Amino acid sequence: MAALYEGFTLCGLVTGFGQDDPAALGVEPGRDADHVVVTDTGKRVTVYKVSDQKPLGSWTVKQGQSVACPAVCNGQTGEYVVVSDHKVLRVWKDDDISFDKVFKATLSADVQRLHAVPDAEALVLFKRGAVRQLDTLLAAPQQPIEEVLSEDEVIRWSSSFVDGDQPGLLFVTEQNGDHFLYLQKLQPNVLHKYRMEAEGNGANPLSFAARLQDKNIRVTCLYSSGCVFETLLALSPVLGEGVPTLPRSLLLRLPVEEGVVPASASLLFLDDAHVAVVGAPHPSAHAGKDFLCIWNLNFQTLQAAKELPGGVHGQLWSHAARLYVSHGKALTVVPYECEASSLAAAVGKLRPAGPTGEVRPSASIPSWNALLHEEVPPKACKGVETRKSKMSRKSQALPALTVDQVLERIQSVSQEELQQDLGLFLSRAGEPELQLSVGQITTGLVRRCLQEPTFYPQSTLVQLVQTGRLCHSVCPDFLMLALSKKDYFLTQLCLQLFPDIPEAVTCACLKAFLSVMDADLEAVSVDLGSVSFMTDQPPPTRPGGGAAELQNGFSPALLDEDSCDVQTPTLGQSPVEPDLPCPVGPKKAALLNEILQTAHSENFLLPPLKDLSAQQVILLLQYLQFLYVRCSQDVNTQLPGLRTPTISQILDWVCLLLDAHFTVLILVPEAKGLLANLHRFVRSQVRLFSELGKIHSSLQELHQLRQSEDMGLYAIEVIELF
Amino acid sequence: MGEFKVHRVRFFDYMPSGVRCMAFHSRTHRLALARLDGSVEIFNFSDSYFQEKVIPGNESRSVEAICWVAERLFTVGLNGKITEYDLINLRPKYSIDAFGGPIWSVACNAEGSHLAMGCEDGSLKLFEVLPESIQFERNFERQKDRILSVSWHKSGTQIAAGSLDVIRVFDVKSGRAVQRFLVDRSVSGMRNKDCVVWSLSFLSDHTIASADSAGKVQMWDARMGTLIKTHLVSKWDVLTLSVSEDESSIVVGTSEGTVVQFQFLSPTLGHGEQEWIRTKTFRNHTHDVRAVAEIGTALVSGGMDTQLVIRPLLEKHDIKSYDSALRKINFPHRSLVSSAQKCGLLLFQFPGQLELWRLGGTDTNGKPGDSLPIMRKPEKLLQLKRKGDDHICCSALSPCGSWIAYATVSSIRVYHLQLENSSISVTKVSKLPKVLRSAHQLHFSADSSRLFVASGPATVHMVTVSQPECKYVHTFKPKTGLTESIHLLAASADGKWLATASKGCDIHVYNVQKMKYHCTVPLYNSLPSAMAIHPKTNNLVVVHADQQMFEYSIVEKQYTDWSRKLQKEGLHRLWIERDTPITHVTFNPRNPSQFILHDMYMFCIIDQSQPLPDNKTQLYNQLTLKSLAGDVRQSKTHAFKICKKFQPLLHVSLLEDDWLLVVERPLVAISTQLPPPIRQKKFGT
Repeated sequence: MAALYEGFTLCGLVTGFGQDDPAALGVEPGRDADHVVVTDTGKRVTVYKVSDQKPLGSWTVKQGQSVACPAVCNGQTGEYVVVSDHKVLRVWKDDDISFDKVFKATLSADVQRLHAVPDAEALVLFKRGAVRQLDTLLAAPQQPIEEVLSEDEVIRWSSSFVDGDQPGLLFVTEQNGDHFLYLQKLQPNVLHKYRMEAEGNGANPLSFAARLQDKNIRVTCLYSSGCVFETLLALSPVLGEGVPTLPRSLLLRLPVEEGVVPASASLLFLDDAHVAVVGAPHPSAHAGKDFLCIWNLNFQTLQAAKELPGGVHGQLWSHAARLYVSHGKALTVVPYECEASSLAAAVGKLRPAGPTGEVRPSASIPSWNALLHEEVPPKACKGVETRKSKMSRKSQALPALTVDQVLERIQSVSQEELQQDLGLFLSRAGEPELQLSVGQITTGLVRRCLQEPTFYPQSTLVQLVQTGRLCHSVCPDFLMLALSKKDYFLTQLCLQLFPDIPEAVTCACLKAFLSVMDADLEAVSVDLGSVSFMTDQPPPTRPGGGAAELQNGFSPALLDEDSCDVQTPTLGQSPVEPDLPCPVGPKKAALLNEILQTAHSENFLLPPLKDLSAQQVILLLQYLQFLYVRCSQDVNTQLPGLRTPTISQILDWVCLLLDAHFTVLILVPEAKGLLANLHRFVRSQVRLFSELGKIHSSLQELHQLRQSEDMGLYAIEVIELF
Repeated sequence: MGEFKVHRVRFFDYMPSGVRCMAFHSRTHRLALARLDGSVEIFNFSDSYFQEKVIPGNESRSVEAICWVAERLFTVGLNGKITEYDLINLRPKYSIDAFGGPIWSVACNAEGSHLAMGCEDGSLKLFEVLPESIQFERNFERQKDRILSVSWHKSGTQIAAGSLDVIRVFDVKSGRAVQRFLVDRSVSGMRNKDCVVWSLSFLSDHTIASADSAGKVQMWDARMGTLIKTHLVSKWDVLTLSVSEDESSIVVGTSEGTVVQFQFLSPTLGHGEQEWIRTKTFRNHTHDVRAVAEIGTALVSGGMDTQLVIRPLLEKHDIKSYDSALRKINFPHRSLVSSAQKCGLLLFQFPGQLELWRLGGTDTNGKPGDSLPIMRKPEKLLQLKRKGDDHICCSALSPCGSWIAYATVSSIRVYHLQLENSSISVTKVSKLPKVLRSAHQLHFSADSSRLFVASGPATVHMVTVSQPECKYVHTFKPKTGLTESIHLLAASADGKWLATASKGCDIHVYNVQKMKYHCTVPLYNSLPSAMAIHPKTNNLVVVHADQQMFEYSIVEKQYTDWSRKLQKEGLHRLWIERDTPITHVTFNPRNPSQFILHDMYMFCIIDQSQPLPDNKTQLYNQLTLKSLAGDVRQSKTHAFKICKKFQPLLHVSLLEDDWLLVVERPLVAISTQLPPPIRQKKFGT
């Protein structure tokens, strides 16, 4: 987010007669970030210390003379340079008092502007388009100056830049309504001329701004229609014949009420993504008020605004995180701040990088700039060498495929080719767009599978799911397709990896799993991680057997010994033996476990659950009972193995099933024993909780006993010491 | 070991006085602390934070500010006087009226040559410190409002003075105000109330730190006359401020009971300009924090809730140790209770009065853990108000229960009591020898025939006690000229020996019958906090402030075998780490091998016939022993039998027939007598 802070007035200005007259010639950076050089219209140059709002020195030309352009300060030498009477250069320092006694040099041509260049000599732009460095001019002031521009061509705007250590100048001229952009580089002396594309509906450019970014110059122009266009200009252009026309793109459309932005509007780059605009109307304020706004170019949003009373003059400068804007009869300083916008920052997940930056967040957080401007994202996955990166190294030599090519090929190629293409594509695809393209490819594939019943590229689909970038809502038919093809492996994978499966689909899967014969599952490979406790090891030794794990000194053997619970003996005789056989085969159990662990909401799950037949319900209940017994055998109440359902998930499903089918179950004779057992579980749980409640209250009582030990002022007590 | 019937007494409603101000002397590691009743206490922080000296208060003297000048101690008060104290004889040395109305503050310059005082009439007075006294030098330019706080710059050329709504900087040479800072009244609703600058400090970099009644701590630039930074610390007053010696840390105390530390740090690690940053907030007080001190390794604070809190700064302690624990000092480190064991009488010493109580009794017996029915209620026999303005500094009750003596800094009084059934008569002994003018400690001999009076440097006078006249017998004085006063006296039961312990840590034994010096106990470098002579063996048991314990045979003039064994094996770690000193030692009349000690949180019966615990054994083992069977218990038992059932303890002694007397003073009872604290909004109320 960008923000404008509370501003303050730096100095008063002698304004001209109309609002459109400039109030100051310029505000240029002084010898450090806290100093600026303000040049009044015509007469005076003043140096201010900004944080103190205090002038440090002021120099005025004599009556009859005039200052032609903003004075600049050479940061290295501390010298100030200004041009008076169009062609007299004056150079002075802070301790020079009289302006008349300073060094002067008369040039042979009129000067348009001086441009300070950080860490280099200032540049002088002459009215007729020639550019010289200041030191060469001072060495030979009367040197001939060539004319670059044609007769009626006028310089409208100019700006300096430094490419590496090469200074350069950029300026825009106007000739009969056409605008030309000149790029002047000094060493070697090269001049490029471009034609700027004209706005169709007669809107004329109001303000220009330029910014060097990645060997390109971004030139933005605010038109009177309220549009901000951007032109990208390469620093080292290919030389061609004639005057090339620069293409441009619309960056931002400012809201304009009467169709025209006032001529006193101005634009300034703050950073890659933010521009400051002064004089353009505020989208939600009344007309007639002037605002300083910061716009985000990526989102086209207004980030901050500040009302400026007294009318603006269309002048805006920025140095060292401060904006200088002239309005009314004052020059106001507004500190600002622009932070790079990123979604992670918005949701608070972006950890501020330390000063040394030694800790990188484990997951890379894509910044909007990176996403939108195709910057190379930092390789965050350097530490962990993923399969993808390995593959990418292997397939470096092969040509890459674009998403569109893959999508096209999906519709025609065979399964093997498809597999190859996809592998190639996945290995080369960049991180940000992978999400999108995987979704598109999957949708395309599923569509083809539905159209051609014989086409079912199982391994490709598995590969797509395993990217971890798919979810149910991207491709709603995917899971049902897998189910209809009886591809239980893929179904299980989807249940594991999709976070957003609707309850109805979950139920459909459940129904399919319950109705499938165990024999049918023989051939299918299913991840058996969640049922390892049934297959790998013998059932844990029973309590009292010796090796049972003990927690907090809990000893189940003692419980048998002095339990007065009437139900306990019957528990042993009941059919719920701890080594109760599993009612389903291990593969089926593994599939059911996945169902038990999917996220669901009871309200949405109940209606589709009612569709199960009574036999299916009984089977599932038996399985759940089996799981419950296995769970409660162990003090950990957690089944061993990966991705096993927790006891609360098991109980939730028991409750859900009973809620959905209770009336049916009561009438089915086979369910009677099952229900009785479940009833017993519940009763034992209730009993346990009531016992816990008793312990809780007796402990509380103990606590109160200690507190109520208060005695009077005198007591006789008996104590014993040992 | 056995059963005891315990008189559990809670009717000693001792009320400590709130802390008003304090000053830390970093070279000697001593903290001077003044309480609201005008008493001044000196704690030795290098000797287990022991309360070394107490100068009793006076009704007419109030203390508003306290100040060390080299090793001399000065206080100023609302009576308009500046008082210097005699730290040997523990009494005010002299008082000088400053003639400026009540004095609110005092500060000494870095050289210790001048004192500046802020007075009610708006004048800032400069006094010159002379070797024996102080002398008025001149007034600074008089201001309109009272001056509540003063602080010297280190150079001695400027003084900052806080007043109502304004802080001024005075030039010492000209006496004129050269800077004036307006202190903002700030918080809305408080606009019509003056902003009182309660405390300020002039740092050597010309920064002034001020604490005011609007809850602000502000930093000012005294050269430029500008405000540097405001920290809003409290909704209520910030009452006190103290700067560490190296000026890297400032600590303030507020009305809400919080203590806030500021540190001079650079906001980014490693480089950048340093500024004062609020770092820590502690809340150990329930009421106003009136005094704070930054002593380098800890923050010391005290206030209306009467306790002194020493909060160690954990960043200054590398390891978790005894020194890095929070410490609270609630009660004086001396005994305020004396008992006549044979007749069940108790004497309580208050600053303004003495109370004599007779213990109650019962005829029944009971099992351990029982509370027995009270047949006879305890009764208050006598309340003796002191005469004059000076507070009582010490008192004694004779073992026979018929003599009471008390002393103030200016007088000693002895009373004769006659108890006949329900009637009681008190007569003052009218004639006392001239030498008895003041006392630091009073002690009756075991047969109640003589009174030992410790007064002056290292001297003890012995007088016979009789009605109507007490006769002077002898003055015991060590051969070498020792200068510190005596704070502990112990007389043997056979009337032969008298042991004295002075503030210089030396313990002398005199032969009373031959009236001559007998021997000196080897010097130990911690102050004795309690001592007593064994009635049968005449061994002297001494406990020091650092919890060490010695037994010295007076007859053989050497440490006993048990004491040597104890020193060889060392005391248990947990015993050494207790944070309150032992204040009383008595012996078990039934079992000569046992003696009993107590501090604030426990009493301990030490059985010399049993093995000493080493660091591996459990020191507090009573509960464990209780759960063991008889023979196992025998093997696990050790010499230190510690009972923590009664807390906080002011007195424990063994009476006859296995009766034990404990005097408790619950902290809750003290806090209920305090004025209500500032109401603070709590969530949900």
